[in-house]
Amino acid sequence: MSIETQNLQDLTGGDYKYGFVTDIEMDTIPKGLNEDVIRLISARKQEPAWMLEWRLKAYRLWLTMREPRWPNVSYDQIDYQDISYYSAPKRSDAPKSLEEVDPELLATYAKLGIPLHEQEMLAGVAVDAVFDSVSVATTFKEKLGKMGIIFCSFSEAVREHPELVRKYLGTVVPAADNYFAALNSAVFSDGSFVYIPKGVRCPMELSTYFRINSSETGQFERTLIVAEEGAYVSYLEGCTAPIRDVNQLHAAVVELVALDNAEIKYSTVQNWYPGDKDGKGGIYNFVTKRGKCAGVNSRISWTQVETGSAITWKYPSCILLGDNSIGEFYSVAVTNNRQQADTGTKMIHIGKNTRSTIVSKGISAGLSQNTYRGLVKISRNATGARNFSQCDSLLLGDQCGAHTFPYIENHNSEAQLEHEATTSKIGEDQVFYCKQRGISTEDAVNMIVNGFCREVFRELPMEFAVEAQKLLGISLEGSVG
Amino acid sequence: MLEIRNLHASVQGKNILNGVNLTVKSGEIHAIMGPNGSGKSTLAGVLAGRELFEVTEGEIIYKGRDLLQLEAEERAREGLFLAFQYPVEIPGVSNTYFLKTALNAIRKYAGMPELDAVDFLALVKEKAKLVEMDFALLNRPVNEGFSGGEKKRNEILQMAVLNPTLAVLDETDSGLDIDALRIVANGVNKLHTPDNAAIVVTHYQRLLNYIIPDFVHVLVDGRIVKTGDKELAFHLEEHGYDWAKDLAEPPELRV
Repeated sequence: MSIETQNLQDLTGGDYKYGFVTDIEMDTIPKGLNEDVIRLISARKQEPAWMLEWRLKAYRLWLTMREPRWPNVSYDQIDYQDISYYSAPKRSDAPKSLEEVDPELLATYAKLGIPLHEQEMLAGVAVDAVFDSVSVATTFKEKLGKMGIIFCSFSEAVREHPELVRKYLGTVVPAADNYFAALNSAVFSDGSFVYIPKGVRCPMELSTYFRINSSETGQFERTLIVAEEGAYVSYLEGCTAPIRDVNQLHAAVVELVALDNAEIKYSTVQNWYPGDKDGKGGIYNFVTKRGKCAGVNSRISWTQVETGSAITWKYPSCILLGDNSIGEFYSVAVTNNRQQADTGTKMIHIGKNTRSTIVSKGISAGLSQNTYRGLVKISRNATGARNFSQCDSLLLGDQCGAHTFPYIENHNSEAQLEHEATTSKIGEDQVFYCKQRGISTEDAVNMIVNGFCREVFRELPMEFAVEAQKLLGISLEGSVG
Repeated sequence: MLEIRNLHASVQGKNILNGVNLTVKSGEIHAIMGPNGSGKSTLAGVLAGRELFEVTEGEIIYKGRDLLQLEAEERAREGLFLAFQYPVEIPGVSNTYFLKTALNAIRKYAGMPELDAVDFLALVKEKAKLVEMDFALLNRPVNEGFSGGEKKRNEILQMAVLNPTLAVLDETDSGLDIDALRIVANGVNKLHTPDNAAIVVTHYQRLLNYIIPDFVHVLVDGRIVKTGDKELAFHLEEHGYDWAKDLAEPPELRV
């Protein structure tokens, strides 16, 4: 164990139970995937036997499945035996100080307004800099614990709250759901677990911004959020990845369960490394996110701002099972250079009088391809169901693409469905109008794009909205002459 | 303040301006009148730095600098303001935010501190009264869903807030009813000082009932063929542009 790790554990005392920092240090799991590797992962995490069985079952399923080819993206075949599962970057890979970090990356952080110690953390300098945020998180955790709220790493939840994990794990996204969900179920490394007891309104936004970043192993995260009857929680997920010139696979699974009258708001600002201008490197972001409005009058709201990743394949969805339940999806997806995104949502209306809203804003620049893919399904019994969908695409330049694939399956003649879609090019008129008022081209494009995304940004918590706006500007930098 | 010498400009290879000469001094209001297609809006666009227009010959000196060397935003920051004939809509961007960004970009350029939200709002509200604009429009997205009159008033509001040295009003009167016309003209008159100047581009004489110009220029086929005082505008109104067109024959044919 290195001195840094020792310090970290000393500083955070007994409250710091995540443990994976040590694993990063010690990790030597070789590349490749087989049952022994899964047993090894499970053993490292000191998991109970049922968890291992669950993983193995998922793995055996995965072996029988095929990688999906329907998304509107293209990439070289992934060699799953060439990936280190439970892979932590070797100590020598991580920069020891900010001096070793790419200045361009630092400039980006500076633009984001991230304080210096956070810059160190984001860049993967896993030293004392981590301490601040970890301790902050821990302080909150105690306070939340008094209200009965559980907010911990997934590994910890498996050990400390096995009954809850067993009850809900895989109930929204079963291992058999799709290829990447099966893979995740077999090898997931860590993630977050949130449990809000009956009638409790979580008093603060729960955020994983820091932890995911400090872990660096989180390529197969698993997140499970359960809101009991009448509970409320707003959860934020921020993703920033260090620059690496190889493609990294990120296959996460997020499951949300909202019981009677419960509400879950899940916000994501995803800024994984998108690769360089020529499309070298970057994250393959193949993620399954789904929420189940299991109870009556429950509500699940997804808000996502996707600016990063080389390829995004992601459809945060809602199963509207409980009568009168509400599902919402607000999305901004930005692609630049050679990024590809195929993202959208599925709203499955099963209960009576269920309602869903979809607002998707796709922005393409450079040579990128941006696809909205959405399904609205109204089951036979979903009398009184309503959906409103709005999909707008904005093109910057003439070499990018915007695509919209809205699927509607309606089995109830009384359902109301509305779909609106627009595609527009950022107007030279608009840019000139701004410039004539003294505003620079860059600021003008920023302003126009942010205006385009306003309906989505206003769904984000304040701080996140500010960050999202800045991110948008950085992502689109240099995309308009 | 502004000196245009032998200005030639074209759009997609087509010559529109064929040697415009114009001198504007501080404190002056110049009206540029002319029939459709005479190059009025091109002249306004060239002054503002619209890339669509290519300057093929001539020069423009503004405040002692070569205007054509400046980017559109630099011209704006140097106090050149264009009131658009067709103000542009920017969905999702509030009018106030837009204007604050513009004002602060200009102030920053001038080495002045940026205005904070409170001071800015006070300024905008004061100026909004000048153009009798409903405060509710301030928080709406820029020009989105505005009526024709509201858009034009919004242009004058922006002009009032940005306080330009040289304002170019491109057919600001078009599409306005008589009340809106009066309000817009009033705004322009109140903003006029001995230190600034305005170029009012218009097709009709009626705007000049409200804004009294020091000079009236008649633009025909990309050239100023006649310059006079406000009486010239009345003369045009009476005799039509055909009268002026007779003056537009190429100089070499004149004796």
